[in-house]
Amino acid sequence: MNKLPLRARLATAIGGAAGQASRLAGRGDGSVIGGVIALRLEPGLLAMLAAGRQVVLVTGTNGKTTTTRLITAALESVGQVASNAFGANMEAGLATALGQARDAPFAVLEVDEKYLPSVLTATAARVVALLNLSRDQMDRAAEIWLVARRWRDALADAPDCRVVANADDPLIAWAAASAKQVTWVGAGQRWHEDSWCCPECGSHLVRTESDWRCGECGFAKPAVSWALDGQAVLDPADRRHELGLALPGRANRANAVVSLAVAGTFGIDAELALPRMRRVTSVAGRYTTVVRRGRNVRLLLAKNPAGWLEAFDVLKPPPVPVLLAVNAQGPDGRDTSWLWDVDYRLLRGRPVFVAGERRLDLAVRLEADEVAFRLAERVDDAVDQVEAGGDLDVIANYTAFQQIRAAFGRTT
Amino acid sequence: MPEKPGRPEDLGQPEDASGPEGASGPEDASGPEGASLPDDGGRGTRGRGASSLRLVWVYPDLLSTYGDRGNLLVLERRARLRGIGTESVLVHANQPVPRQGDIYLIGGGEDLPQILAARRLRADGGLAAAAGLGAVVFAVCAGYQLIGAQFAGEEGQPLAGLEIADLRSVRGGRRAVGEVLADADLALGLPRLTGFENHQGVTRLGPGVRPLARVAAGIGNGDGTEGAYAGRVLGSYLHGPALVRNPALADLLLGWAAGPLPELPAADEEWGRRLRDERLAAVKA
Repeated sequence: MNKLPLRARLATAIGGAAGQASRLAGRGDGSVIGGVIALRLEPGLLAMLAAGRQVVLVTGTNGKTTTTRLITAALESVGQVASNAFGANMEAGLATALGQARDAPFAVLEVDEKYLPSVLTATAARVVALLNLSRDQMDRAAEIWLVARRWRDALADAPDCRVVANADDPLIAWAAASAKQVTWVGAGQRWHEDSWCCPECGSHLVRTESDWRCGECGFAKPAVSWALDGQAVLDPADRRHELGLALPGRANRANAVVSLAVAGTFGIDAELALPRMRRVTSVAGRYTTVVRRGRNVRLLLAKNPAGWLEAFDVLKPPPVPVLLAVNAQGPDGRDTSWLWDVDYRLLRGRPVFVAGERRLDLAVRLEADEVAFRLAERVDDAVDQVEAGGDLDVIANYTAFQQIRAAFGRTT
Repeated sequence: MPEKPGRPEDLGQPEDASGPEGASGPEDASGPEGASLPDDGGRGTRGRGASSLRLVWVYPDLLSTYGDRGNLLVLERRARLRGIGTESVLVHANQPVPRQGDIYLIGGGEDLPQILAARRLRADGGLAAAAGLGAVVFAVCAGYQLIGAQFAGEEGQPLAGLEIADLRSVRGGRRAVGEVLADADLALGLPRLTGFENHQGVTRLGPGVRPLARVAAGIGNGDGTEGAYAGRVLGSYLHGPALVRNPALADLLLGWAAGPLPELPAADEEWGRRLRDERLAAVKA
């Protein structure tokens, strides 16, 4: 690791102390406040901390935290890795992660979609992984077509960076098409509602299960060198590797394929990376099962419509009941209109409970989709209606998820 | 929850609408009976009478950012509960807009899709022609701006709209984001409107339209009014979606197309009423 200038060393030290103080005060993991202070003292800190390292940036609407974790696991087979493992993904969080692992030759950093262009410049990243783009908290997030265009411009200006991009997401393919070096991955796309149209000309895309193209301007899915194939991945040499992840669901298999492609750019073979990736079992509390009043309650976080579809994919089969909990506080997005973008008919045929501060929005939504439901004032009202020893799957958005975890933590 | 009468297979999600060969023709846009539309080159089946309404959703693939499907689902449901059949037609961005629909819906979208939609709808001409024939048009957010004579592009540049309604939109200084309460024009006989807005447009109404409502909370058009209407064309910045939170507005549109409607039994209104009451109470006028 290179020597930092005195000012940068001071900034890192003071930021680290502030972060520790914040942790001790119980205000969180301290990575944001520490980084904010450090960057105030030395605005060029991120570039200095990144200099001389092999940096991987991971961005997209869904799967950033998990993919960052999986890539980190893979790269640890060849060296120490700095990473913002808990999702603090703006500049302050990145500076803190790098400052805490000064000697790590590698860095795998999850980056907020809006910050990718500036972070790409600051870190001179060797690899950027682009996962997907879909609507997310529209009341405060940037419009995704504009995000894609900004990525496109930034990647065109970074000829030394290799982009690992999901070719099954047309908006991602359009954003990555400007890059000089691209590894295309067929990671699949569960959510299509934001990519029915050609990003180039606006015509309706012709789509099949595994392909898409524009009938008017000719923009089409690029040929892929890595592909998800059921429970396995096909590598560029067409070798098949069973994934065998501990993490559930198709979305996590897609994250794993992107991770293997990133590892491949560092010369790490899938058979070396996979055993380490399989040991990742839960990410920031998600997919955890807790025993509550004698029932097994599994917690799934879904923050946007695409995430809800991914959560539906990992539900236990009917008649296992499901509880849906939706809030609309700041971190959730205050606009609940996205509920109407999710197809809830998939839930017909099992008991469904609706909870959370916006449960009436859910009630009206389910009524329109003719899904029978019961209102639950509190999560335990639903838990008590599950047979003793039985299972309950919970899908909640951000603050609803935190409230449920807090409620369970207090009394179990 | 009360037992629901079985309903025919409802409108497919867009992914249902595009078969393995991809969506390429109007036959993909299957209605509630799964009936294929005749490939009538856009002449349609207008005038079939109030026993069946043809609901046309314009460009769900390009303009459907704020739960716009909800408006269609509410119209279908409230018609069905009164014994009125509906046939829903999803018109994709590469398809002609049929001219003979009864109610047209056009929804919200980001700047770039809005610009692409404007170009296509102007070239197609179907929506403006249908409005000229007296169809009901309900336009929300980006769609509301599009039915005017002019709207603002992603850099604020003025772009040509569809000239269906006498209004022009420009880019405002600040984004208007949040809950809205608005009191509708008394002539419409609607209770207070509730919704959510998210736009950066300032919309100026010409003499050819009237404001839909006066804003009690929120921004709306930017001058204290919200939305606009003229004849059977009605536009609004409210999503939420608007017809979910304002069933009376849904009935206004249905009534314009189908004539006077009977009241619904209280049980069918219960969840919608509770949501509406909660939203009205949650926002300070």
